[in-house]
Amino acid sequence: MSSELFYQPITSLAAALDAKKLTSVELTQAVVARTKSVEPRVHAFNSFDEADALAQAAASDARRAAGQSRGALDGIPIGLKDVIAVTGQPLTASSKMLKNFVSPYDATVTEKLRRAGAVLWGRLNCDEFAMGSSTENSAFGPTGNPWDTSRVPGGSSGGSSAALAAGEAIATLGSDTGGSIRQPAALCGVVGLKPTYGLVSRFGLIAYASSLDQIGPFARTVEDAAIVLGAIAGHDERDSTSFKTDIPDYRAELTKRKGPWKLGIPKEYFAEGLDPEIGAAVEKAIAFYKSQGCEIREVSLPHTQYCLDTYYVIATAEASSNLGRYDGIRYGHRSTAAKDVVDLYFQSRAEGFGPEVKRRIILGTYVLSSGYYDAYYLRAQKVRTLIRQDFLNAFREVDALLTPTSPVPAFKIGEKADPLAMYLLDIYTIGVNLAGLPAISVPCGFTQSGLPIGAQLIGQPFQESNLLAIARSYEQGHDWSAKFPSL
Amino acid sequence: MNYEAVIGLEVHVQIKTQSKMFTRVAAGYGHEPNTLTDPVVLALPGALPVMNKAALDAIIKAGLLLGCEIAPVCKWDRKNYFYPDSPKNYQISQYDQPICLGGSVEIELPGSARNIMGEHKKVPLTRIHLEEDVGKLNHGATDSLIDYNRAGTPLMEIVSDPAMHTADEAYAYLTSLRATMIYGGISDCDMEKGQLRCDANISIRPVGETKLGTKVELKNLNSISFVRDGIQHEIKRQLAVLERGGTIVQETRDYDGQAGTSQSLRSKEDAHDYRYFPDPDLMPVKVDAEWKSRLQAECPELPFAKQRRFMEQYQLPYTLTSVLVWDRALADYFEETAQLAGPGKAQGVGNWIVNDLLRELAAAHLSLATSRVRPAHIAALVKLLDAGTVLTNAAKEIFVEMAATGDQPDAIADRKGLKAAPTDTNELEQWCRDSIAVNAKALAEFKAGKDSAINAFKGPIMKAAKGKANPKLVDETLRKLLAAM
Amino acid sequence: MSSAPQLDINHIAKLARLALTPEEKEKFSQQLGDVLHHIEQLAKVDVTGVEPTAHASPVFNVWQPDVARPGLAVVDALRNAPAQRENMVVVPKVVE
Repeated sequence: MSSELFYQPITSLAAALDAKKLTSVELTQAVVARTKSVEPRVHAFNSFDEADALAQAAASDARRAAGQSRGALDGIPIGLKDVIAVTGQPLTASSKMLKNFVSPYDATVTEKLRRAGAVLWGRLNCDEFAMGSSTENSAFGPTGNPWDTSRVPGGSSGGSSAALAAGEAIATLGSDTGGSIRQPAALCGVVGLKPTYGLVSRFGLIAYASSLDQIGPFARTVEDAAIVLGAIAGHDERDSTSFKTDIPDYRAELTKRKGPWKLGIPKEYFAEGLDPEIGAAVEKAIAFYKSQGCEIREVSLPHTQYCLDTYYVIATAEASSNLGRYDGIRYGHRSTAAKDVVDLYFQSRAEGFGPEVKRRIILGTYVLSSGYYDAYYLRAQKVRTLIRQDFLNAFREVDALLTPTSPVPAFKIGEKADPLAMYLLDIYTIGVNLAGLPAISVPCGFTQSGLPIGAQLIGQPFQESNLLAIARSYEQGHDWSAKFPSL
Repeated sequence: MNYEAVIGLEVHVQIKTQSKMFTRVAAGYGHEPNTLTDPVVLALPGALPVMNKAALDAIIKAGLLLGCEIAPVCKWDRKNYFYPDSPKNYQISQYDQPICLGGSVEIELPGSARNIMGEHKKVPLTRIHLEEDVGKLNHGATDSLIDYNRAGTPLMEIVSDPAMHTADEAYAYLTSLRATMIYGGISDCDMEKGQLRCDANISIRPVGETKLGTKVELKNLNSISFVRDGIQHEIKRQLAVLERGGTIVQETRDYDGQAGTSQSLRSKEDAHDYRYFPDPDLMPVKVDAEWKSRLQAECPELPFAKQRRFMEQYQLPYTLTSVLVWDRALADYFEETAQLAGPGKAQGVGNWIVNDLLRELAAAHLSLATSRVRPAHIAALVKLLDAGTVLTNAAKEIFVEMAATGDQPDAIADRKGLKAAPTDTNELEQWCRDSIAVNAKALAEFKAGKDSAINAFKGPIMKAAKGKANPKLVDETLRKLLAAM
Repeated sequence: MSSAPQLDINHIAKLARLALTPEEKEKFSQQLGDVLHHIEQLAKVDVTGVEPTAHASPVFNVWQPDVARPGLAVVDALRNAPAQRENMVVVPKVVE
């Protein structure tokens, strides 16, 4: 375990804060200093507000001194992906379209983190409007992977995973539409949790694909992820898709829930295209669970081969409509080249959006256009039903599924120019979003060249407590999270 | 060749709610620009919609009032199009699962005379669905200014079948529909405030043809009389085109009610591709029997049903009912007064309300709610009149005073000395005898068959009674005495 | 396997209000042609009698009671507006 403050998990820092061995201001200063030192190489942040963070930290210290600590997150610097609204702070979605946008309101998760006493720290880089798997689609430049800054951190929440891996935050939030938390977590060697659809409010999250988007935490340990999840989960009447369910004390549940569990291995997830080193690492994880007395069963998710297509129809269709609001009228980039009000839309959107966003808007507009709706969107929604049923069938036999998170480790910035090749990186993660399930990526080793590998555990709807406990039992048998990149 | 017009109306009605359709910021009219907004109204990044329960109640109630079938399940769809008044550049609406299907609006066509009831018809409805209103554009010389206060207001779209044939029918349809909405407390339907807006689809075809002709959509019919004028104008325009040997072009036309002209809105011909799809931010609506029956219990009797009942139950003439029933408060006021006045007095009550009360309220710029004359006043006055305590002219004077002061009619009659003389028949008979006795000439003329000669006796009698004798009674008494002579 | 359908990039870009350069049009047409070709395999799935999924965990009647709450102050509502006058958003003249 590193002795550096900025590499400590929340659990240790909270204990130190409670024991008055540390103040939030000291911790925040350490994180700020670390950020300033590594940002030129990592570029995980679109912006940060040091004065604001230190003021929050001072307020936290005052609460603790008065015996009014709000719990484990009070005084902990947490970074937010730049698609989550924070009052008075920029909200850009890493797009030129929103370059100068300042949010006049807080997302629900932001409010919840404030209530938990967290120090909201910085606006984290991502693929533009969360569309991508490498963070290369940011209008403000790519983020480097802290393990090798010439490589991508994954995406779309690459700033969130990189900032955490580089010690620029103690935990971060990202959003996951097709793997955008789990894949960058895997590529950066941290824990990333995508909760069940509806567990965490989407109010204040810039929408990419509304029926798939979900906010979740990046953390150093499974226990940290449980703490952050507990703070942000819960029904929100401002999000009609948010689910009314009791939120357990996820951290307490971790110690209550003990195996052995029944784990399913979906055979379709170990087919061609999987990097052999990753395959081997996941096999070792399977062997570990077996050694712990878990029952391992091969299962089949027969519609897996249709996940990618289903996803790209549904996600782009929803995106094409969700991104209609970015027109430069009420806010956002307004072209000065337009010849009239109609042209203002065409020019502002042409200038404000990057190529991947334009591609997806065009694809989504096409699949919804007259004459194609039934063949694409409606059919994809039906296939989505079959994909969800595949998972629910598997869960009749097993508690969770174990798979690789990403078929490949971090690749070089600029290496994948073809959109389809990039889309194929999501094959293990998108089924989870289509089915609305919770899933977590935990570090499960390194390649020979020292790049992190992640394993994905997929859980039953709203059974995050089980999922976290299963992940933790693996984590406790390994020390991957004690390794840090040399930056 | 003879042609007939075929008219269908699309009516947008704003639902009267405290907050907007998909967010809880206040809805309203006449506020300072952009003071009724929030992240949802402005479609800021990350904002999400949440349904307004009261708006759902209102549209279901509207559907029940109009005899629609209420869909057991309906959903929300996005209608995608770009326009500066549309903050999201999609409108949340209902595409293939509207909440209300079918139903009809009962209308009355003009009768042959003002006091004769016209023909009644039912105009079938296609559907009613719920959606959200857009913002308002204010056009300047070189630019346009956008106020989003109206954006997101709950809006019903009521679509009729193409089943009307004259501008009068369309006018009657709109009048009846508006009254129904006001009766149900669903909307105030003030067209000046844009709470009710109407577009008309108009085509013409040879009489006997069943296929619809090419339709023209007429927009901006923003007063109820412009609807009639605009449709009339459009039918004439289409007939003129055909008579010239031309063909009708499918288009949208803008009607200028002030000038009485219309012009084509170019650009709207672009075939629309709204890319409707189910809104993933909203959950579907399920309407069960319990919900429906609770709203059914809140549905009021509609104007035409009330009119039939008033004519039957109170024996009111058509002319009175046609004034009373269109204003729910006025109809309620009438019924309360009629109950207080007692059996057989309803027509008198109706006359006082329609003639005197409405006149006094208009003169004083008062509404029924602020009227000083309450049902008990009118009922008391009718009783005084009926008992002969006051005479008609005195009652009229009392009414004016009542309207001015709110005092009870009995007190006014006392204060102003307006009560008729005591009905002491002996005294009256004596005055009559005295008058006959001193006017032999008139007596002879009357006996000779000149009926008007009786009036000559009345002056002295009234003089003796100091003007407070009941003229009807005087006349009756004189005739009785004269007959016996 | 059917051939990938033709995507009329001009028409779709117009619907989406995106001004594309000739280079973008050519590149996107080719790239999206590949993606659409891949998506074509959805046609192979037998979806007879399958209900479409709009939400992973659908519930009905999610609403709030009609109680008005304060919204944004005008200054916050217009804070990000590229052009404003008289507390309204300004756009080039809209011709209806």
